[in-house]
Amino acid sequence: MELNQKTIHEINDLLKKKEVTVTEVTQSVINRIDGVEGSTDAYLRLQSEEALNLARIVDEKLKARKKISPLEGIPYGLKDNLCTQGILTTCASKMLYNFNPPYNAHVYNLLIEEGGILLGKTNMDEFAMGSSTENSAYKVTKNPWDLNKVPGGSSGGSAVAVASDTAFFTLGSDTGGSIRQPASFCGVVGMKPTYGLVSRYGLVAFASSLDQIGPFTKDVEDCALVLNAIVGHDEKDSTSLNIEKKDYTKNLKQGVKGLKIGVAQAFFGEGLQPEVRKSLEDAIAVYKAMGAEIVDVSFQYLDYALSAYYLISSAEASSNLARYDGIRYGFRAEEYDGLVDLYRKTRSQGFGEEVKRRIMLGTHALSSGYYDAYYKKAMQVRTLIKDDFDQVFKGCDVLLTPTSPTTAFGIGEKTNNPLEMYLTDIYTVPVNIAGIPGISIPCGLDQVGMPIGMQLLGPVLSEKTILKAAWAFENETNYKNLKAPLGREV
Amino acid sequence: MEYEIVIGMEIHVELGTQTKIFCACPTEFGAEENTHTCPVCLGMPGVLPVLNEKVVEYATRTGLALNCEIAHYSKMDRKNYFYPDLPKAYQTSQFDLPICTGGVVEIDVDGVTKEIGITRIHIEEDAGKLLHESSEGTLVDVNRCGVPLVEIVTEPDMRSAEEAKIFAEKVRNILEYTGVSDCKMQEGSMRFDVNLSMREKGSLVLGTRTEMKNLNSFRALVRAVHYESKRQILELKKGHRIIQETRKWDDTKGTSSALRSKEEAHDYRYFPEPDLVPIIIEEDYIAKIKANLPELPEAKKRRYIKEYKLPEYDAGVLTATGILATFFEDAVAVYNEPKQISNWLMVEIPPLLKEKELAMENISITPVQLVELLKLVKNNTISGTSGKEVLKVMFDTGKNPGDIVKEQGLAQMSDTVELEAIIEKIVAANPKSVEDIGSGSDKAYGFLTGQVMKATKGQANPQVANEIIRAVVAKHLG
Ligand SMILES: [Zn+2]
Repeated sequence: MELNQKTIHEINDLLKKKEVTVTEVTQSVINRIDGVEGSTDAYLRLQSEEALNLARIVDEKLKARKKISPLEGIPYGLKDNLCTQGILTTCASKMLYNFNPPYNAHVYNLLIEEGGILLGKTNMDEFAMGSSTENSAYKVTKNPWDLNKVPGGSSGGSAVAVASDTAFFTLGSDTGGSIRQPASFCGVVGMKPTYGLVSRYGLVAFASSLDQIGPFTKDVEDCALVLNAIVGHDEKDSTSLNIEKKDYTKNLKQGVKGLKIGVAQAFFGEGLQPEVRKSLEDAIAVYKAMGAEIVDVSFQYLDYALSAYYLISSAEASSNLARYDGIRYGFRAEEYDGLVDLYRKTRSQGFGEEVKRRIMLGTHALSSGYYDAYYKKAMQVRTLIKDDFDQVFKGCDVLLTPTSPTTAFGIGEKTNNPLEMYLTDIYTVPVNIAGIPGISIPCGLDQVGMPIGMQLLGPVLSEKTILKAAWAFENETNYKNLKAPLGREV
Repeated sequence: MEYEIVIGMEIHVELGTQTKIFCACPTEFGAEENTHTCPVCLGMPGVLPVLNEKVVEYATRTGLALNCEIAHYSKMDRKNYFYPDLPKAYQTSQFDLPICTGGVVEIDVDGVTKEIGITRIHIEEDAGKLLHESSEGTLVDVNRCGVPLVEIVTEPDMRSAEEAKIFAEKVRNILEYTGVSDCKMQEGSMRFDVNLSMREKGSLVLGTRTEMKNLNSFRALVRAVHYESKRQILELKKGHRIIQETRKWDDTKGTSSALRSKEEAHDYRYFPEPDLVPIIIEEDYIAKIKANLPELPEAKKRRYIKEYKLPEYDAGVLTATGILATFFEDAVAVYNEPKQISNWLMVEIPPLLKEKELAMENISITPVQLVELLKLVKNNTISGTSGKEVLKVMFDTGKNPGDIVKEQGLAQMSDTVELEAIIEKIVAANPKSVEDIGSGSDKAYGFLTGQVMKATKGQANPQVANEIIRAVVAKHLG
């Protein structure tokens, strides 16, 4: 097995034993990038030279010392909506084609402190709006399991980098499923933590009340390790939770005996691909066999989640993206006649179709005369859905659902039908609306060999329980070891 | 038909916090363009606001000083509109749940007390400034972006320009006292918007109103109200309807013009600010701020009348601004002659300030210096007239009055021996005057006093001189 194929904890062991150097590890990932990046287009920007330089520095530091922190010397990627000082941060938009932030995202600072090695910035749907990474203004990222299929989105680049071993881990952002759905499509682990657990400072906002940063990793243990690094109170983010830090690796391997796992019909509705249903049924059986208790739970308002989500997220986006006006930074239309024309042309030319669609939807939802019918009602639904989850978690510890109704679809297949595209998020958006944590882990392959993901959800701040349940399944089954065939078939 | 003016006001006041409302940038006025900025107040992608706790404290103080209810739960909202002086393209403000509601301010209008209702006070951030003068086109100065403001909204309770002015002055006075703002109009720390409508006198129905934006002085406020009420009456007399619109006051031309009609009004698409958490204020917090409120003008005035036995007029003038009141109190603390201090503060100092174009806060003499001067006058070391001249020199040079008196030889001649000799000479030289006095005409005393003053170059203590003259004349008549 090549070094780049290993997990973070495996590399950490090898570094501890001084069997490999950070430079070797980094070089191995860069070799892999050189081999497959041309086919996958996971990255928007790479900095191999800088990564190798940093690797050598870390090696020097490690020479003199026995202790090594879990992410030290580990090459990783960041979604391109996370601000990186000195490195372009474009959100895959023409609007920010030249934007070089004078500050770092809080999570990036934390990873710098941990000694991680940034490889580059990953592709995404423009401003994180989309479910296939086809809305990038720069490139279409391909699914390493089948290059004709989408990797999911919006954090598609981050999912593909981990799935194709061109990063040990990546960070993405999840507003309505943008980590979990691509993790599911690409056969990797992806987690959206509780809202407020990870600081959003320096995450270019899509929908502030829903956005949350989270990791993509190759296995559940790695997920816990990355979480340990990025979770924590940040006074720069007023919505950041001020709670005691936990060690997410502790009790990870305790097993699920006696754990109550809820299953709700609402997550097994129309449009669910038969293989996905079958995989979930198998997963339920696995949990039963491990001693978990399976309980039926039910929801009252889940049907309204998707509509509420698109209203709230678009409303917030219409305001968050209003600052891109061509005045101070980023793209400005070349020719314009006066201020209003400058705004109009800049925003017409700088934003892609999907972003414009959502801005218009959101602007409308907040307009006087429509506010009560749309935004206000959506916020009321949000409260009902939160209550729904509160009720459900009185009866179970975690909830098991499919991550997405289907496996990855073909590139171009849904680009002309936004509503169909939105439906791929139907099982992930309620989680953001409720602000609760959720993880997607691989649980099978469909008939054509595309990965299937299952989602484990829990109440606010139940990350440890979710990770424990996820690790138990991963350990009991062999899906973790299924690798994208990319570059290996020959 | 007789018309009545109905006025409501919105007053924007910049709070005097050290740092901006959502970042650590300084709020100080007058810095070089775009030097008080950071990614947060520049509205860069991905940055987040953190509410300055001092802003909540100052707003609470403002609310309590204006007799408002303080909300235990309030929240920030986004007011969305595009303008180059607004980097985020929304102003973070408060919409439906402001921090203060339902206050009242008492004003005195021609000896009658009147209550002006405060509808609400909310917290918001200021916008930047556009600089149109540049040859490079229009430039933006972001320094003011994020300077904290409170907006005070009144009920339509005012009925004349005079009432509006008295109310605005009263609010400025209270806020200045409370220490929440310097209220410097010339720096834009306090700005007024006026909502004005006309109705038939006695009617209870409100007419259609216009809103006049950004009046930056009391004078502009009064002129704008006069102009707008006349304009509306003229329109109504012509049988026209008043159009609900926002108008812009041009202080140089002394006229206003329509900015936008109701139909063209912005749809601000307010919604709760998702990057900030609700503002929760506990009762203890309010009680603590209430307990620490400084003495407000009304109470201070009553105390001056009682404690210092000052006439109501004096007490009113001295408490009209916090700066003047503080000066007075500092002086009276070291010199227990309140009326003398009051007289000089009210009569002698204002013309000198005016001449030097100084505001009271920039006065070049200290209360202790003034007291030193007043003591010299009181104990007859110098005459009142000389005192005024010394004060002038103090303003010019900052020197102590004692030194000035010495340097200029202004001390009065109260030495009776020396004076007697001079007066003997003068009386002897003017037998006609002695004769006149002998035949019952007192006028001659004035003439003799004048001669004495002339001979002593004004340094004779007039009272002492007078006594000696009488004694010497009596001796001559004797
Ligand atoms: Zn700032």
